[in-house]
Formats: sequence, structure tokens, C-alpha cells
Amino acid sequence: MKLTIERAVLLKALGHVQSVVERRNTIPILSNVLIQASGDHARLTATDLDMEIVEEAPARVERDGQATAPAHTLYEIARKLPDGADVTLELGGDDPRVFLSAGRSKFHLPSLPPGDFPVMPTEDLAVSFSLPAEDLARLIDKTRFAVSTEETRYYLNGIHMHPAERDGRKVLRAVATDGHRLALAEADQPGGASEMPAVIIPRKPIGELRRLLEDLDDDIEMSVSEGKIRFRLGAAVLTSKLIDGTFPDYERVIPRGNDKIMRVDRAPFAQAVDRVATISQEKSRSVKLSLSDSNLVLAVNNPESGTASEELSADYSSEELSIGFNARYLLDVAGQIVGDEAIFEFADSASPTRVTDSGDPNAEYVLMPLRV
Amino acid sequence: MNSAAGWCRRCFNPVSGQDRACPTCGSRRLVRHAEASTLSIAHIDCDAFYAAIEKRDNPSLEDQPVIIGGGRRGVVSTACYVARLYGVKSAMPMFKALKLCPDAVVLRPRMNVYASEGRRIREMMQDVTPAVEPLSIDEAFLDLTGTQRLHGAAPALTLIKLQSRVREEVGVTVSVGLSFNKFLAKTASDLDKPDGFALIGEAEARAFLSPRPVGSVYGVGPVFAKKLEREGLKTLSDVIKAGEHAMIKRHGETGQRLWRLAQGIDTRPVNPERERKSVSAETTFDTDISNLDELENRLWPLCVKVADRMKDSTIAGRVVTLKLKTADFRTLTRRRTLPDSAQLADTLFRHAREMLAREKPGQRYRLIGAGYSELEPAHGDAGDLLDPNASRRAAAERAMDAARQKFGSAAVQKGRMLKRDP
Repeated sequence: MKLTIERAVLLKALGHVQSVVERRNTIPILSNVLIQASGDHARLTATDLDMEIVEEAPARVERDGQATAPAHTLYEIARKLPDGADVTLELGGDDPRVFLSAGRSKFHLPSLPPGDFPVMPTEDLAVSFSLPAEDLARLIDKTRFAVSTEETRYYLNGIHMHPAERDGRKVLRAVATDGHRLALAEADQPGGASEMPAVIIPRKPIGELRRLLEDLDDDIEMSVSEGKIRFRLGAAVLTSKLIDGTFPDYERVIPRGNDKIMRVDRAPFAQAVDRVATISQEKSRSVKLSLSDSNLVLAVNNPESGTASEELSADYSSEELSIGFNARYLLDVAGQIVGDEAIFEFADSASPTRVTDSGDPNAEYVLMPLRV
Repeated sequence: MNSAAGWCRRCFNPVSGQDRACPTCGSRRLVRHAEASTLSIAHIDCDAFYAAIEKRDNPSLEDQPVIIGGGRRGVVSTACYVARLYGVKSAMPMFKALKLCPDAVVLRPRMNVYASEGRRIREMMQDVTPAVEPLSIDEAFLDLTGTQRLHGAAPALTLIKLQSRVREEVGVTVSVGLSFNKFLAKTASDLDKPDGFALIGEAEARAFLSPRPVGSVYGVGPVFAKKLEREGLKTLSDVIKAGEHAMIKRHGETGQRLWRLAQGIDTRPVNPERERKSVSAETTFDTDISNLDELENRLWPLCVKVADRMKDSTIAGRVVTLKLKTADFRTLTRRRTLPDSAQLADTLFRHAREMLAREKPGQRYRLIGAGYSELEPAHGDAGDLLDPNASRRAAAERAMDAARQKFGSAAVQKGRMLKRDP
């Protein structure tokens, strides 16, 4: 194999695939990226066995063929080469190593047989449709913060996505929860998506997907089967296994009839929560919200580091209520609100609270209070 | 003063290097060492503490072998020095101990008595230095550096007086190890038990340690010791010879620690505010149990016990641990990190039970334990959206706690609590 590729093109393609590669690998070949040269392009593949990203990049191919090389090393080299450099990658002859040259820089990198590189079987993903990149990015952004990292409930370790209907409108819905908070976001349902099975997309491909979406404003193509999902984003294709589990019946936990409504300006609220939470250094910090007529008091009481309170005006006219939340969870939700106001719907101090966004009717959040 | 001068342990008067007995009172119990006036890190360990308390309270037991431990099947918590002559050791299963020493008087531990006496001794330690790091109720490290002026005496003499005060006021003996770091102090306190006083100076530390077996280092258990021996590392001098690099390569941080300890290097300070790392409770059964229901019935009271202690100190833990010991003495520990810290008996029980259910069915166990670790200040019970009953159970536990506080610990209990062995 021998090909020459522009440094910027190589860097971009490697940037897309290399983060799939884990820093520590027990299977050596998983540290490598597969490079395949044919026609007028190079095809780069990286995998961790659960997901793979393949990206095609234009290249001058002198000799068809394939090679593997350490992904992170290759990326670092590409990063450090001067802009505008032409990079030549070569494997052949008696040397089992990959030879990289650019200008006066020369590298010999250890290679492993390309035939050993694990490639995900290309099965037929029955349901296929396209949707705007911006919609997918939004669905991810509004929900991923609530994805659980708890291993025991593995079926919560991803974003649940499925076609749904809301007030007669067909939507594509994304939901994530860790049992303490839940986030739900919806986008217009793309044509052809109604046949899509309900899936749980794991945390890691969600992160990779979000990064790939940064550089994109076209439509993307999404293909789904029971066990796998594939996203075609420009020159990159991300394929991932899905979490094999059943997402809980989340509809049941979204309280729809809570009647104590508080409307509060988002920015001052988030800043005040952040300020009072300073008092407790622990990871899980509880903030008490005391509500009375048009008045909200945020308070933190930590036996070791003192107390803090802050008063805010809020639109509230129900009976007085005191309720505690984890400050981080409140901040996470406040961070998702795009409108001027966050709307809290309380039942009582022990029941789930629903939060909505005055600027986005397509998202809602649920917070479980702490007993304080 | 002679290079190996010291003091008499009975009358506290100075003795010189030549004296075979105290020139003042004639006692032969002398503390003499070339570095006696400079060493200042001590380890104090009560001798067969639980048994000593029992003998103090019941003088008729004085010359009898006494074993403190739980139940027909439990393990030996403490064996008095008479029982030790028969080969009885702590942590030994009771049946084995009774085989070795059939005449032993077996007593159930009276933990509250031991705890209050332990506190008295600790207060005496705190009278001589604020830097007391308790290891358990009957054992502590003391740093007496800089107390010479305060007491008008070298640390060694202060400790001799402390030792004698504990004997007179509490009526039990303690052994003192004095050196220049914690590791050697602890090693020293074991050299001259009971009622001992041993010193290890900087000059002799290496020579003293070299021939000792690797297993003599605190923290090197029998399994690790065997592993080291298989690598040809029998003594601490073998460890030194292996070199720091090789020890790190083979055993990581533990290897480096061992290599350093082997030559008497230990830089850990005596820390009087060492935080509690975990809260746990365990129980050994009278007969092995394999039935899951039965195991759960034993698990529940332990969870209540742990939760009570957590609530008392308003702390919560992020990690739940289940400990099991199989009938053939294998110890299994299973741990799980919680999404939020918790302190409830209910939470501990639910997670421990799930982990228990995953173990091999039909396995027979002799011990079960459960606990919280990764502790932090408690901040309230986190509800669970997906388990709506979790909040209800939390509220029930809090209500029960309130009732127990008011009317005593037996006022309200879960039905499960009554399903214990008679």
C-alpha cells in the first residue's frame, strides 16, 4: 500500500476515528487504525468492538492495499506536522512497519496484520431514514446529561430513542434517566422513522456522534435494526451495537397533574443555585427551595461549612412548599432551558417535580426531590 | 550518661548502662537503649484486652484460660495469655479453639464495657500528647515529638509512666513499642508482650528487620506472603535485594511500600483525625447457611446496625459492600457504587441482597457482613423515579427511627428482625 494525503485531511479523518480507540487495550490490534487505500481515497476505520467509525478521505493512491498503525500515535504525528504538508503512508516490501513521511520527517510505526482487524459485520439495517443534523444534536444535548452510569441498571446507560406521538403529532423522542432525574426531548418525526424499533444507544457512541455532528449541518442518514444503529454523517459512518435491554416505562414517572406551578427567570435562578451550593463541597449537594407567595428562597445548610440562602422573586401563588433537590441536578436542568423562564410543577415535597422550558415546548424534565 | 542508659519501669529513676537492676528500687524491669531519649513515635496495644477486662472484673478467672468470642460457632475475639499457651489465637474458629483448650472459659463479649474502658485509656494517652491515632478500641499510635519540655521527661519515660498509670487505674496491662516511625513502633510493641516495653532505634532498624519473614509486616497477609515466597522473597532482606524497581513492577504500590518498610522507611504521620473509612457489621453463624431467605434474615439486622451508626454520625456512603465467608473459609467481597450516597438500612439491604442473589446458588456460608464505605456527610435520601416505593420505604424507616428514639430500640422493628435464630 502506498498513498499520499494532505495533512489537514488526514488530521480531520483521524480526529474523527481515533477517539473510538481506548487508551488501554488488552487486544493490541484495537489500538490501531485500519487504513485501506483504493481508487482515489483512503478509508480509515477504528473500533472498540462495540462501535466503529469509518471515514473516507481523498488521497492519491499509488498502490492499493491496506495497513494498520497505532491510532493515537498516528494522530499525534499528524497533529504536529506543519500545515499544508503532504503525508505519505507506505507498507510493503520486507519491512513489516508502516512508513510515514512528510517533508523531512520520517516515521516507522509498528503495524499489525490488517487481516486481523475486527470489522463489524455489515448486516442489513432494515429501517433507514434521514433527519437534520441539528435535530439529532438537539435530541442528544437535551437528554445526555441524565444518562446513568450505574452499572447495575445497564439499560439506563444510554439514550432511549423511539418514534412516538404527542397531541396527534408524530415525533422522534429521546429519553434518558438515572432514576433521580429524567430528560425527554422530541423532534419532528422524519419520514420512514415510524417503523423504527425502540432502541437504547450507549453513552460512548452518543459522545462520538455528538462530536461528529459539530462539523456538520446537512442531513444525516440513520439506519436501525434490533441490535445495531448506523449514522452516516458526511464522509463518516458510525456503527454501534445497541444496549440489549428494556428501557423502563418512563411515561409512568412523568407527573402530568402537578398543580403547584412556579415560573422563575432561568438565569438568575441558575446563578443563585450555583452560589448557594458553594457552601457544601460534597458531590451531592442538596438545596432547599422554600416557596411562598411570589417568593422563592434557596437555602443550603451544611453542618461543617456553614449556611447560605438567597431570595428570588418567582411567579408562585399556591400554598407554601418546602422541597429539596440535588444542586447539580437543578443546574443540569437549568443549563438545558433556552427560554427566559423555567417552569416547575410541584406536587409535594416528596414527589417528582416536572420542569419545562418556556422557550422549548419539545423538551421536559423530571426531578426527584431529596428528603431533607 | 552512658550510651545505653534508661529508666526503671517501677520507680522511674534513671539507670545507667551497667546496672543489672535499678540502683534505687532493685527492680530488674529496665528500659535501656542507646536512643532511649530521642525516639518519639509509639504504638500502644492493650494485652489480650477483652480477656484482661473480664479477669479484672472476675478475679476467680485469673489463672484460667479465658476466651472471648461469640456463640457456639463464632470466632475467637480474644484469648487470654493462659489460653494462648494451648495454641488458641484470635480469629480462630471457636470449635478449633475448644479442641485445643477444652477447659477454656468462653465468655460472650461485653462490647460496651470494653469500649468505655478503651475510651478511658485513650483519654490517658491524650493526656500525654494530642497526637493520638486510634487503630481500634485497644490500640493506638502516639507521636510524642516535642513533648519533652511539657513533661520534663523524654518520651520513653513519659510512656513508662503512662503504662504504669493504665495498669493502676484501669487494671489491665499494655505493651509499648517505641521507635522513629509507625511501622517500627508497631513492630516493637509486639516484641515484648505482655506488659512489654520495646525500642527499635534508627541505628539497628535495618539489621533488625532484615532476617524477619515478609509475613511479619503488617498488611502482608498469609496469601500475599506465600506469593512473595514463591518469588523467592522469604525475608525482608530478600525484598531489599530485589530492589525497588522490581518490587514496583511486580506488586505495584504495595511492592514499593513493602520495599520501603523492609528497610525501616515509613513516612506516614501519626494522624489523630484519621477519618473513618467504612461502617460495617458482620456475623458468624452457629451452623453454615445456604438458604437465601435465611441469609437475608441474618443480613437485615446487620444493615440496621450499620444504618444506626451511620445515622448517629450523620454520614452517608457511596459504596455498598457485601462480605461472605464460605464454609471452606474463602472470603468473598462484593461491592457496588451507588449513584448517590445513602445511609438507610433499606438501601444497604436491597443492594446487599441483590449481590447475594448473584452468588452461586446452594453455596454454604459461615459468615455474612455488610457495610457502607466512601463516606461523606449525609445530605438526605435520594428518591428513585423508577422505584416509587423507595421514597415510601425511606419515610417508613425514618418514622421507625423516630419511634425508636422515643420509646427504645425495640419499640418498632421490621418483621424481618424477629426472624432471627432463637
